[in-house]
Amino acid sequence: MTHPLLTDTSDRKMLLLGNEAIARGALEAGVAFASSYPGTPSSEIALQFFHIAREQSDLYFEYSANEKVALEVAAGAAMCGLRAIVSMKHVGLNVASDALLTLAYTGITGALVVAVSDDPFMYSSQNEQDSRYYAKLSSLPMLEPSSVQEAKDMTRYAFDLSTMLKLPIILRTTTRVNHASGVVALGHLRRRMSAGSFHKDPFSYVCIPSVSRNLHPKLLKKAAEAASISDESHWNFIKGRGSFGVVCNGASYGYVVDAITESGYADRFRILRLGFSHPIPEKRILDFLYGCERALVVEEGEPYLEESVRVVAHKNGLTVPVFGKGEGFFSRLYEFDPGLVKNVLAKVFDTPFPVASPIDTSDFPATPPRPPNLCAGCPHRAAYLAVREVLGDSAIYPTDIGCYTLGLHAPLNMGDFLIAMGAGLGSAGGFARATGKKVVAFIGDSTFFHSGLSPLASAVYNRHNFLLVILDNGTTGMTGHQPHPGVDVSHLGLDKIHIDIESVVRGLGVQSVATVNPLHFSKAVEAVKRTSAGSGVSVLIMKAPCPLYEKTLPGYKSRRPYEVRPERCKNHRVCVDRSGCPAFHIEENRVEIDSHRCTGCALCAQLCPEKAIRPVAREDNKG
Amino acid sequence: MKTTRIMIVAVGGQGNILAAKLLGEAALMRGLDVRMSEFHGMAQRGGVVESMILLGDGDGYCIADGEADILLGFEPVETIRAAKKCSSNTLVITNTAPVFPFTVALGHAVYPDIPQALQTLASRVGGLTALDANSLARRAGTVQSLNVVMLGALAASARLPEIGKELLERAIREKMKPAVMDINLRALELGFEAVQKGVRGNSACAAD
Repeated sequence: MTHPLLTDTSDRKMLLLGNEAIARGALEAGVAFASSYPGTPSSEIALQFFHIAREQSDLYFEYSANEKVALEVAAGAAMCGLRAIVSMKHVGLNVASDALLTLAYTGITGALVVAVSDDPFMYSSQNEQDSRYYAKLSSLPMLEPSSVQEAKDMTRYAFDLSTMLKLPIILRTTTRVNHASGVVALGHLRRRMSAGSFHKDPFSYVCIPSVSRNLHPKLLKKAAEAASISDESHWNFIKGRGSFGVVCNGASYGYVVDAITESGYADRFRILRLGFSHPIPEKRILDFLYGCERALVVEEGEPYLEESVRVVAHKNGLTVPVFGKGEGFFSRLYEFDPGLVKNVLAKVFDTPFPVASPIDTSDFPATPPRPPNLCAGCPHRAAYLAVREVLGDSAIYPTDIGCYTLGLHAPLNMGDFLIAMGAGLGSAGGFARATGKKVVAFIGDSTFFHSGLSPLASAVYNRHNFLLVILDNGTTGMTGHQPHPGVDVSHLGLDKIHIDIESVVRGLGVQSVATVNPLHFSKAVEAVKRTSAGSGVSVLIMKAPCPLYEKTLPGYKSRRPYEVRPERCKNHRVCVDRSGCPAFHIEENRVEIDSHRCTGCALCAQLCPEKAIRPVAREDNKG
Repeated sequence: MKTTRIMIVAVGGQGNILAAKLLGEAALMRGLDVRMSEFHGMAQRGGVVESMILLGDGDGYCIADGEADILLGFEPVETIRAAKKCSSNTLVITNTAPVFPFTVALGHAVYPDIPQALQTLASRVGGLTALDANSLARRAGTVQSLNVVMLGALAASARLPEIGKELLERAIREKMKPAVMDINLRALELGFEAVQKGVRGNSACAAD
């Protein structure tokens, strides 16, 4: 069946997710090369290319080992005249930034769009950095859509802009656009060019100091050209002629427009929506500010636009008061919502905005929290329990980014330090040197290939002392089961090489290496004892498949769920209290196992001192 | 059309996002503009999932506190948790079948008295319909169709005249896999009937 995003009827309207719209925009622009490392809220962009590339051989797609590699491989294709896109989450751009900032110097010969998704409020992220500053830092043009339709249209435009300026273009979105859905009017699909050629020009492309000294002024010249395009761009539009000025971008635009339209104040306001937000359209901002009695900048994150508006006002001697971030106005924290925007509009413009009145819920009962939990049958639970069994609270546990971060919660309580991909492993030697204590670092298999190889080599070389536990569940779990170099994907018909983690670890010089299935609990405990006893860097690979991913594999057979035998159970609840497995529930003060959720991993059966947990009898044995 | 704001709250795995998509597709078939937002931090791992659906003209993708015209709760505690989205005009349609969070199994939290909480909620909003969508979904063929049972209940509520049962049926036929289509068409019908006939399953709430 043809992928729905390949619908080639230009007058059609489709209901699309923001991320699907971005992929569609790239397809309409004739994208031939796509790469990514998955990360919420960007993951569904890459997912579309993953599926489409399986049915259309002239579109190349890869999940790269990390965002830097993803950018570099796309840059290689774009240096040969191809149209390429790379997608990642905001913190992924930190990883890719080293390559990006000098790629801005060389430019590209085809087209390259760098789609980066910020996550205000940190629904699924470790920070809420505002990636717009990367546009400023790199001098690269940046586009920011406000709607799903614009997400599609701006992506398509970004390719043309990239071709015109011979620069990578940053397409910056936030969760509210990536994970919004809306009605999108489709355009034509452009034919893609999937084979290119490279014209050697080392004194433009090899960034030694003498070359870069010539390239930087060229970049500034291109940036000046981009600034004049931005000034004329229809993505930077003014709506309304009132004297109350509102500058906004991205998701904020919808809140502003709806508030002003619904309140009936449209004649009092003028709105400047900045969609081509780097380089800043200074002339357009100046035009806007003339005739403004006062101006409010509505933007989530940092005061990026606000600073620019103030600079433009100052340069031109305008004294119009500019409001934005600050006490009583907007915060640099979290995501905005329509109510918040109305309140600040009302305050700044001294105009009552009717705000909805929520019902009183103060006397409602407290609602039990639903913190995300490791799934029933997740092997990470067993791995953490095995380490805890041996080392308890005496060791320090730097952890990393993935499903296994959820081991932080009670009752596992595993995880003492978490900042970035690979940083648990990177920091472990520091913890060990500084304290002399036992240190056990955790990292997932996908994260190991993303950012674990260099810190492991560094730790071996520097003779650090710690145990690294690689939680190998055979997939990238948290973001939706994307493959990585350690996954065998032959069943998908993909032509990839499967890299064995244990060989990599040995290749990096680790002497003490063991692999164990954590669901064989006593063996896992023995392996922890053995590998944590010595000095130097040792590695224990805890290998068992993600139970959600396993179900999708060929030849998968479900295991029998387990049940509690009431005649044996003494109700001391070691099973529930130690594992925290969500398949347990308490019925009339007795532990029961939900047979629909239990995957038959048998961890609890191994924990129960009474041996009261057994597989459910087979149907055919029940007579 | 003036914007109608619909909020769907659920627990991961209950099919919230799919229900929102079916509603969105039905709106598109009707020629309405529709804007939707998903909030699903780590949904697959037992967390809360929210969808916001804005039907009709406008530009925003979010619903502020007190702004929901309709609150559709797939799990009763989630309905209570989202009550601040309601005003005195909001229509609430809620499933009464609980999904206990593991914090309750661990004894770290208490699952509240639902019938009483729903009665308090009912006294403060424009209307509240409670039904045991899980048992209706099982009657349709699988408990997983509870999301479509809830859509059937919404279609019967008359608060959304632009999107009737027929449009939702069409959305199910066009957008769902053939293997589950019949079950979901039955689920839609059962949810619709339950509200139309005032039959609300054998829930604790309805028994009050």
